[in-house]
Amino acid sequence: MSDRLLGALTRRRAWLLLLAVVLCLPPFYLDAFWLRIGLFSMAAAIGAVGLALLSGTAGQLSLGHAFFLAVGAYGYAWFAGEPGPGLPPALAAVLAVLLAGTAGGLFSPVAARVKGIYLGIATLALVFLGHHVLLTADSVTGGFNGRSVPPLTLGGFTFAETDPELTVLGVPFGAEERLWFLGLALFAFTWFTARGLLRSRPGRALAALRDSETAAAVMGVDVARHRSAAFVVSSMYAGLAGVLLALAFRRVVPDYFSLVLSVDYLAMIVIGGLGSVAGATAGAVFVTALPLLMTRYADQLPLVAAPGSSEGAVGPTEAARYLYGAAIVLVLLYAPDGLHGLARRARDRVRRSRTPATGTDVPPPPQPSADARPKEHTP
Amino acid sequence: MTTFLDNILGGLALGAVYALVALGFVVIFKASGVLNFAHGSLLLFGGYLTAVFHDDLGFAGALALAVLATAALAGALDRFLLQRGGQDAHSAHVQTIVTIGIDIVLLTDLARRIGGDLLSLGDPWGDSVTELGPLTVADSRLAAIVVSAVVIGGVFALFRFTSWGLSLRAAAEDLEAAALMGVRLGRVRAGAWCLAGALAALAAVFLSAFPAPGLERTTGQIALNAFPAAILGGLASPAGALAGSLIIGLTEALVVGYQSELHILGEGFGDVAPYAVMLLVLLVRPTGLFGAKGTARV
Repeated sequence: MSDRLLGALTRRRAWLLLLAVVLCLPPFYLDAFWLRIGLFSMAAAIGAVGLALLSGTAGQLSLGHAFFLAVGAYGYAWFAGEPGPGLPPALAAVLAVLLAGTAGGLFSPVAARVKGIYLGIATLALVFLGHHVLLTADSVTGGFNGRSVPPLTLGGFTFAETDPELTVLGVPFGAEERLWFLGLALFAFTWFTARGLLRSRPGRALAALRDSETAAAVMGVDVARHRSAAFVVSSMYAGLAGVLLALAFRRVVPDYFSLVLSVDYLAMIVIGGLGSVAGATAGAVFVTALPLLMTRYADQLPLVAAPGSSEGAVGPTEAARYLYGAAIVLVLLYAPDGLHGLARRARDRVRRSRTPATGTDVPPPPQPSADARPKEHTP
Repeated sequence: MTTFLDNILGGLALGAVYALVALGFVVIFKASGVLNFAHGSLLLFGGYLTAVFHDDLGFAGALALAVLATAALAGALDRFLLQRGGQDAHSAHVQTIVTIGIDIVLLTDLARRIGGDLLSLGDPWGDSVTELGPLTVADSRLAAIVVSAVVIGGVFALFRFTSWGLSLRAAAEDLEAAALMGVRLGRVRAGAWCLAGALAALAAVFLSAFPAPGLERTTGQIALNAFPAAILGGLASPAGALAGSLIIGLTEALVVGYQSELHILGEGFGDVAPYAVMLLVLLVRPTGLFGAKGTARV
């Protein structure tokens, strides 16, 4: 038995290693268009994981994610740039993430007390008020036209076209190639920390909170503290995503961080399956890549007109929005656990067909709520 | 003083229109526990139909058609999509997110059809004004106040005096008990959605009438300002929605009216003032002004 377990673990490691190698390949083979899609997807995935922690695990509906992304993006641009303190960019990035966390913390008097749908609308207020501040605080945010984002430098290495010139294996490394690896590193960091968090004591407490607030409170979970902590952590992931987005865009403008962006993030975690890190990632890739791909291949798709063609035709952006609006509805009504659940069910079916007589020797996935409760005895 | 009265009257008119929308939120929330994020698109749908048909059917005919069609659309969305999700509290959360998906699809389609145009709804008031003592008031604003008051009175009477209203209140109180007493939850719910759709279509008329330039694809977003109104009053309370709408309408009108004195808050603060007010209220009362503090049964 232990041999088999060990075997499964090594196999898991091997898969992970293979995946890591595969993810390192694109900069050598794909052009900037695909790398940008990947970059935006990674940034979106980091933000979506943060939202998944909050909405999927803690059961809090948040429509304010765009606001915290904006805090991260503008925070980095301000800390690292002119006008602003002009700090070293790496330090500025860390400070921007902390700033987003602080913003989440400042909102916690509301986040801890208001719940469910009320919190959704309260966070809606953040997006609108934040957008207003971005437009009016010219000296810090650059107003309507936004401000440019200085590139990130780490110990003399700049994540931009030059400085130093770099050619790896015959491939010239420009900004996209360099940022790809930065995004990959940040995403790996997000993936492992978020999964660790979900399986830790606070993660289980949050799951208990989602399933029944009363039961969790009786078991000794400090409801208000865990709620606001979930909000702070989620905002920090959003801030990190904001920094990466700012680096990828090289310019931040207020209109990007609107309610539409918040809804996009909600769509990501819903389509991916609530409360799962892998699902949030899949959802993020789907929602981010779909409109970009449809724009690129508009002339080859049936029913879709090229952008800027005659009035009233279905353009690629619109077609993408139809698709993912419909995806939200269909996923929630017919597959409530999203892409994550669909993948799991497919995997189970394959396993069952392989070992028909003995059934599965894999224990069923642990129910977070069920084993969180006995562990919450200590006050 | 005249400016002040002018602002107050403008605020009342705005609040009256918000009340139509907010009442829709409340009716839906009472009947199904769902917060309808697709309300803005329903409103836009109603407005668009009125704009398209007013040449052929006349304003009254087009409006009647729009109200009926929007009501039917809202009812159908609930009956054929949302009610598949079940009736309990958890599925209400899921259905709330489903309405976001519906909103994306509807809004994308309507925005594509409307494009960059400004559509006239052909309302009979045009840009005519009435002299009320020292004040000059747009007729459309007076109409908004009068029509909203009549319609809202009618809705309250529906709640109070009809068997549907009784069923709705019973279902909001205790779903299971209501079902056991023979209340047909599915029908009551769908009825509530129809009513909310009709109110939204009506509100579209006043949101795009003078002094607004006409129906744009962003008109539905104005309905978002009714969110704070509904939340402010407490989502489950129709009277609260009314009070919340008036507070939000007056705040917005006064902030816009005295913008020059309030320049420290930045230009265009009127657009976001409702949200600032709502945050302040939620800090003090997390379930709104009139919301009942829920007790959890173990």
